[in-house]
Amino acid sequence: MRYGLTGTTALVAGLLAVANPALAADLKIGLSAEPSALDPHYHNLVPNNAMFTHIYDSLIDQDANQRLSPSLASSWKALNDTTWEFKLRKGVKFHDGAPFTVKDVVFTLCRVPKVPNSPSAFTIYTKSIESVETPDDYTLVLHTAKPYPLMPTDLSTIGIIPAGSGKLTGPIVFKKAGCEGIEGYPATEDFNAGKVPGSGPFLLKEFVKGDRLVLTENPAYWGKKPVWDTVTFKPIPSDGPRVAALLAGDVDFIENPPSQDLAKLRKDKNLRVVDGLSNRVIYVALDSADAPTPGIKLPKNPLHDARVRKALSLAIDRKAIKDRIMSTQSEPAGQIISTGLFGNNPALKPDPYDPKTAKKLLAEAGYPKGFEITLGTPNDRYMNDEKVAQAIAQYWTRIGVKTNVDATTKSVFFSRRGKKEFSAFLAGWGAGTGEASSPLKSLVACRKPELGMGTTNYANYCNPKMDEVLKQALATIDDAKREALLQESLALVAADTGIVPIHFEKTPWAMKKSLTYVPRVDQYTIAMEIKPAK
Amino acid sequence: MGYVINRLLQGLTVIAVMAVLVFVGVYAIGNPVDMLISPEADQAEIDATIARMGLDKPLWLQFLVFLKGAAHGDLGTSFIYNEPAVRLILERFPATLELALAAILIAVLIGIPLGVIAGLKPEQPTGRGIMAVSILGFSLPTFWVGMMLIMIFAVWLGWLPSTGRGDTVSFLGIQVSFLTVSGLRHLILPAVNLALFKTSLVIRLSRAGTREVIGQDYIKFARAKGLPESRVILVHLLKNMMIPVVTVLGLEFGSVVAFAVVTETVFSWPGIGKLLISSIVHLDRPVIVAYLMLTVMLFVTINFAVDLIYAALDPRIRRKESA
Amino acid sequence: MMAAATATAALDVSVETPLHRLVRKFVANRIALSGLVVFAAITLLAVAAPLVAPQNPYDLATLDIIDGSLEPGMTNIDGKPYLLGTDEQGRDMLSAILYGLRISIGIGVGSTVIALVIGLALGLFAAYSGGWRDTLVMRLVDLQLGFPPILIALILLAILGRGVDKVMIALVALQWAYYARTVRATALVERRKEYIEAARCLALPYSRIVFGHLMPNCLPPLIVVATMQVAHAIALEATLSFLGVGVPVTEPSLGMLIANGFDFMMSGRYWVSFFPGITLLVTVVSINLVGDHLRDILNPRLQK
Repeated sequence: MRYGLTGTTALVAGLLAVANPALAADLKIGLSAEPSALDPHYHNLVPNNAMFTHIYDSLIDQDANQRLSPSLASSWKALNDTTWEFKLRKGVKFHDGAPFTVKDVVFTLCRVPKVPNSPSAFTIYTKSIESVETPDDYTLVLHTAKPYPLMPTDLSTIGIIPAGSGKLTGPIVFKKAGCEGIEGYPATEDFNAGKVPGSGPFLLKEFVKGDRLVLTENPAYWGKKPVWDTVTFKPIPSDGPRVAALLAGDVDFIENPPSQDLAKLRKDKNLRVVDGLSNRVIYVALDSADAPTPGIKLPKNPLHDARVRKALSLAIDRKAIKDRIMSTQSEPAGQIISTGLFGNNPALKPDPYDPKTAKKLLAEAGYPKGFEITLGTPNDRYMNDEKVAQAIAQYWTRIGVKTNVDATTKSVFFSRRGKKEFSAFLAGWGAGTGEASSPLKSLVACRKPELGMGTTNYANYCNPKMDEVLKQALATIDDAKREALLQESLALVAADTGIVPIHFEKTPWAMKKSLTYVPRVDQYTIAMEIKPAK
Repeated sequence: MGYVINRLLQGLTVIAVMAVLVFVGVYAIGNPVDMLISPEADQAEIDATIARMGLDKPLWLQFLVFLKGAAHGDLGTSFIYNEPAVRLILERFPATLELALAAILIAVLIGIPLGVIAGLKPEQPTGRGIMAVSILGFSLPTFWVGMMLIMIFAVWLGWLPSTGRGDTVSFLGIQVSFLTVSGLRHLILPAVNLALFKTSLVIRLSRAGTREVIGQDYIKFARAKGLPESRVILVHLLKNMMIPVVTVLGLEFGSVVAFAVVTETVFSWPGIGKLLISSIVHLDRPVIVAYLMLTVMLFVTINFAVDLIYAALDPRIRRKESA
Repeated sequence: MMAAATATAALDVSVETPLHRLVRKFVANRIALSGLVVFAAITLLAVAAPLVAPQNPYDLATLDIIDGSLEPGMTNIDGKPYLLGTDEQGRDMLSAILYGLRISIGIGVGSTVIALVIGLALGLFAAYSGGWRDTLVMRLVDLQLGFPPILIALILLAILGRGVDKVMIALVALQWAYYARTVRATALVERRKEYIEAARCLALPYSRIVFGHLMPNCLPPLIVVATMQVAHAIALEATLSFLGVGVPVTEPSLGMLIANGFDFMMSGRYWVSFFPGITLLVTVVSINLVGDHLRDILNPRLQK
């Protein structure tokens, strides 16, 4: 179905005339962050990943709730604990007319580790693949060394590019150490220049960094055709101007309107605001090591005592933070994976606001008069991050734990956190895989970065029992059994307050009344999903 | 000749010293890998990324690599965009240039008439009023005025767009926006915003110039001859007071480009200033270094040219220097 | 001003000094005088902030987010009034502005004074010693003034990082050259005048000539430059903080308050950004009025 007017533009009446409403089949979107490149294998980051899905398809899609659905792979199954089989879709063509076959998938898997200067490579999603078989043009068989239940999820993050975009010297043979038969891969800037065709619903027309990114419809798309002929993305990183651009009609749709503007935007008759729970949890990590900690001037680390950690959690009024700071754009959290996602444990409720018990617990632990602590936070990374931290500092100060907030820009914050300069810090975690093993592995598993465990566990929390259950979960292919094990892991962390979950962020989008959007858990803004309102 | 070489050497020394300072300073801050990498990455992946970016090498070695590249006009590759930093900056320079030129044009068109009026009537309310406005123009922080302009003209009145550059067309091989309707509408608010400070400066310069010229004999003579006042002002006065105004504005051009950082940030104008600020935020070290080095070179060149011109005009300087 | 006046009073010269003349002419202009009065009042409020502010906005124990986002003039549950409203943390904006003024004026005046001392010393040194030392100092000055202030500030802060002390360093580095140049120019003129010659003939000690005679006569033009520079420094600090390279969010100056409040402005909570903006404006304008008039007095070409 084509929607509304096509083609011609009306003349702008005069220099100061009110902007014309955008033509129906054109869509202008205001982005809060610009993708750094259109190369789907260059930078593993939300704006990049959201953008490339317009141009490149993956084998498997993640829907609005991050559940998997067929895309270039029409079906898949585990043949045994270490073997996966994917059946590929027939009749798909790349933008240049080349047919899609298994060769393109193997070529893509070969390129992932070969992207020069990649600041955040996608190899974390392909490294479990030991070997590849291609019984025919439309069947892909992958072997792993150990049982690896997340294989389909991992592959859903990899955009497929055509083998024809590289320099081939013979048949492609996948080798973990380096593929055979390929001499050269397309460079990142080739993607930005639109030289590497995809198979997705849109083609790149123009990418002017810092100003605009224009896509046009792919007329030969194999799937459901998008309603838009042309989509223009404009990066407007400052919150105020982004909202102003929507109000002024310069764009039709914006992502991440700031929470304090939502009430006003909701009241506006010409606009629509939608929001949904994201996969991101905001948490406070407390240095649990049995050693002196930099932010507390005491010979012994009080945070090593689980009672103190519990007290600090009970001291926080999560509901007030939601109402007063987050303009209700959050849901109080009692665990580190959002409600409704795979592995979420419905039995774990947010800690109630109970300063009395908190004080009692502090006294029991030997700190009736409290202590002084510094809470680190970024001020430009998460929704109202520094304001939430200040509110938490207020609550802690009230139970006698005098709290100083150390707020810095994200680049400084992440560097200092990496050097373990904080005894307590506020940060967020988005479960990229949409299930519980992601935060469990990174945030609370004992810190063994060489094994990919506890990579962001800068709070030195370590619970060997939880690690054991988690390890079991990570090797269980059966979904039901795996989910039960993940839920058990979450309960074990909650039992000794290994981390203090604050809330799950709700992601808002604002648009003209004539449009609708189904909120996505992964916070992606995807033009295919923006539709005219009925 | 000795003077020219002296000045040239001085300029090169400045560039060399700045290169060391800027490089060492910028490469000493933060850890870009922490910013860029997926938090799920394991240690092997982090180490691999550090090595890919060359950050595992000692600082002096990184500096040598930088110098080697710089000798070939390559000031490094952006960590974020994976493109040569110089190219990123040059791609965006036309936008900044256009904005700066538009701002200077506005400053001249508004500033000179007001300055002349204030100069002709220094003690009357008009003159005093204009000077008060110019003090306001000096005092109002640019970012605050930018916000107000967006609030009033984009949000409340809905007359003009609030962000971005609008449509561009190719003109003499560069992309410009002032030749399209959409581009021109996008240009107005940021250009006015950037012009604010310089307008006040032009008002002051032309007021002072007017007051000085008006006392000269030839003006008195022209008036005495019974020439119409309008002709006295348009021909004799403007001609004589324009020289210092134009000179100062020429010298100030570089500072307009530098100050565009603020306006570009407020209006999301895709120029080099916005690139610099986002590179500082994201610790894109090669782009920060390349921006700063290119600007330093620009200013050294401007200053060198000014020195040469002055020396050409005033032989005493040459003699004094070489003595 | 007061300190300078005392310094002049200490001089055993009975004729009207340049400084006396400056003060006399300045007082004659009402606009400039009212500018001075306003600035003095603002400074007094800033200095006395802990005494006059209704709340210590950075003592978390006194804040309650239940009082957040109150409109100007509203009272909280306990009947405590908030004249200029509160931000989302329940922080009294009036108090936040008074404390913010402290930081803004502190940075502005502090950096100017430090730069003035450095510039004065280097300028006198250059003028008095002459030769290659003079050339060296003046080359540095030329170099520094060849670059726009915001660029130098951005370079320095990109390297140093955020912080009140770092902004001060950047602002001092920006300003000293103006003073050095002004002092040197004045000193060169003064040095040739008879009273210095006379002092030399009396074989007064070197330090006495420089500090007792040369320096006081350099002060008037310096005061003009310094006054304008205080306004510049305050405005520049606000701009840098807005760009995210100035003071840290935990020590908000007026510029930081404005930047923080801008997001709220669009949503109708204008007071969080509006009042700090007005305060900044009034402060900077009042200083500029003073400086502007001082300059007019001292510019002989404009005198009738």
